[in-house]
Amino acid sequence: MSSTRVATTVVACLVALALLTLLSLALGAQALSPAQLVHALSHPLRDDPAQRIVIGLRLPRTVVALVAGAALGLAGAVMQGVTRNPLADPGLLGVNAGASLAVVTAIGVFGITTASGYIWFAFGGAAIAAGVVYAIGVLGPGGATPVKLALAGAALTATLTSIVTLVLLAHLDVFQQYRFWQVGSVSGRSLHDVGVVAPFAAAGALLAIIGGRMLDVLALGDDAARGLGLNVPLARALCAVAVVLLAGTATSIAGPIVFVGLVATHAARPITGHDHRRLIALAGLIGAGLLVASDLIGRFIAPPGELEAGVVIAIIGAPVMIALIRRRGAVMTA
Amino acid sequence: MTTQLGVTDAAPAPAAAVRRALAVGRRRHALVIAALAAMVVVVGVLSLTLGAIPVQPWRLPAIVVGQGTPLEDLAVLTLRLPRWTTGALVGVALGMAGALFQTTLRNPLASPDILGVSGGASLAAVTAMLVFHANGAGVPLAALVGGAVAAAAIGLLSWREGFAGQRFVLIGIAVAFLASGGLSYLITRADVRAAQQALAWTVGSVSDPSWPETGLLAIALVVLVPLTLWLGVPLRVLALGSDAAHGLGVRPVATTVLATAVGVALASVATAVAGPVAFVAFVSAPIARRLVGAGGLQPVASALTGAALVTAADFIAARLGDFQAPVGLVTGVVGAPYLLWLLTRKDGVTA
Repeated sequence: MSSTRVATTVVACLVALALLTLLSLALGAQALSPAQLVHALSHPLRDDPAQRIVIGLRLPRTVVALVAGAALGLAGAVMQGVTRNPLADPGLLGVNAGASLAVVTAIGVFGITTASGYIWFAFGGAAIAAGVVYAIGVLGPGGATPVKLALAGAALTATLTSIVTLVLLAHLDVFQQYRFWQVGSVSGRSLHDVGVVAPFAAAGALLAIIGGRMLDVLALGDDAARGLGLNVPLARALCAVAVVLLAGTATSIAGPIVFVGLVATHAARPITGHDHRRLIALAGLIGAGLLVASDLIGRFIAPPGELEAGVVIAIIGAPVMIALIRRRGAVMTA
Repeated sequence: MTTQLGVTDAAPAPAAAVRRALAVGRRRHALVIAALAAMVVVVGVLSLTLGAIPVQPWRLPAIVVGQGTPLEDLAVLTLRLPRWTTGALVGVALGMAGALFQTTLRNPLASPDILGVSGGASLAAVTAMLVFHANGAGVPLAALVGGAVAAAAIGLLSWREGFAGQRFVLIGIAVAFLASGGLSYLITRADVRAAQQALAWTVGSVSDPSWPETGLLAIALVVLVPLTLWLGVPLRVLALGSDAAHGLGVRPVATTVLATAVGVALASVATAVAGPVAFVAFVSAPIARRLVGAGGLQPVASALTGAALVTAADFIAARLGDFQAPVGLVTGVVGAPYLLWLLTRKDGVTA
């Protein structure tokens, strides 16, 4: 029964995602007719205005939104499973704060000013911060328990954010560059940028699906999971690596957008129930759709300019999340 | 001797042990309060005397009653005393607000920074600064209104056939994200210098206080602090569970709503004066509870911890060199590693 419901939802999500992708390619400051769109896509190497808009501008930002949104949705679902906390998002592992400090370093010390140039800094910073949070969790008594991971993540985020702000207040030129990265956007990136980090996202997605089964067992509690023969620390570490790969990819290509993971997971849970593999997969689909839709809405909401996807997702995501919470008084188990 | 300590002594012994344990607990509580108060005073004396114009500590009473030299008056009364007073009051308000939030909502992550109260205040204040070019009293007023509106919105949206702490927390987080999205938008659209000033406000600073604002904060505290102390008793009863609370004559919903409202008011007035000083509301109560060695609200210890934290952080912030760091940055850099250290210890924080 619930399997058919999940299957229906997945098909509906795929159709909606395909539709959103086409709209994202066709619509913008200059709308294209379906015929123009098909023509531009079937002759990718011709040099005419329609081709330049579709292949040069809209295709890259659509692909970035798809990859980053899916990665954030997957990471959000895994993160909530690992911490058993419906407030958890990938940012809680310190991913965004680490990436932010690394990007500030890239701007301030190395004079890098392009979105493509930030990619490796953001990825490295995210991985190091998540590693530190996880290590602190492991060092303490009882191993990396959900509450300790959450508190350690919040504390490290506070420290790193303070350092970032200190640099921004002291150096106007760094702030001038950084503020456009921190808002979270999918425009201004190239297909090559996505290609560079795509293998990490793919590896993360694979680990997330493998980890889904382990999360089902972990949800029974550490003792029960151990009794069923699960290596609890190994399972947690595996899921944490998945989150770092996925969230690191998303942050490196789209800036610090975390809210997608939270909203996508909350939207997927009423449909999939507690089966983590289904939850993770559906959250990934919804996340991709959310970010593409946010980018699309952002092109029209504030003419003549554009609104960044990171701002739009907060404006449309927050009411969605509030509605979801009101509908089914979410239960918190930390 | 041993035979005389027999059956007859067995009955009073446990009662005496409990009395002794309670007495030890009370003594520890009093000692911690005294030590924290002493720390606030010592930081105060250091803050008032050290700096570009050094002042001898024993001159302070004379200066305060109006017998100082013009130079001493400038250093102590005009520059340093307003800053220290504001820091201490802001610390008291935020420490108590955090204690109320965490006790009432029963979540160690619940604090006005993480729920949308500070976010609403920041968004309103930054809007006033960047869109309406407000200055002077306009900015704190906007912050006060913004914090109150955000809190009211969270309260109304989470009210559904009653009040549920978990729902309040989750909706608070959604509102916080909404506010941070709005902040990002304003900061990318504004002139870079104005945006930098707005960013500085969102970190929290007591370096440029005005007596009227600080006076209003003091008046608010005269009402809110006794209210918090009075709430300590019903909240302790509530911790036993709703049924027990009913039996003991405490109304759970009314108590929870009142405690949350007082917490919001404390956080809002402090934020209006100083901006959302990072981390103080979050860490003051856990630190106070560990120092006292007991759970519960601990309003006085939390308030003094907050005051000590803000004044000490501002003492450091004011002496970092040419660059005037806002106090919120120092609380973030100093407070967070303390919490990380607590987490790696044997008896780490679990709640």
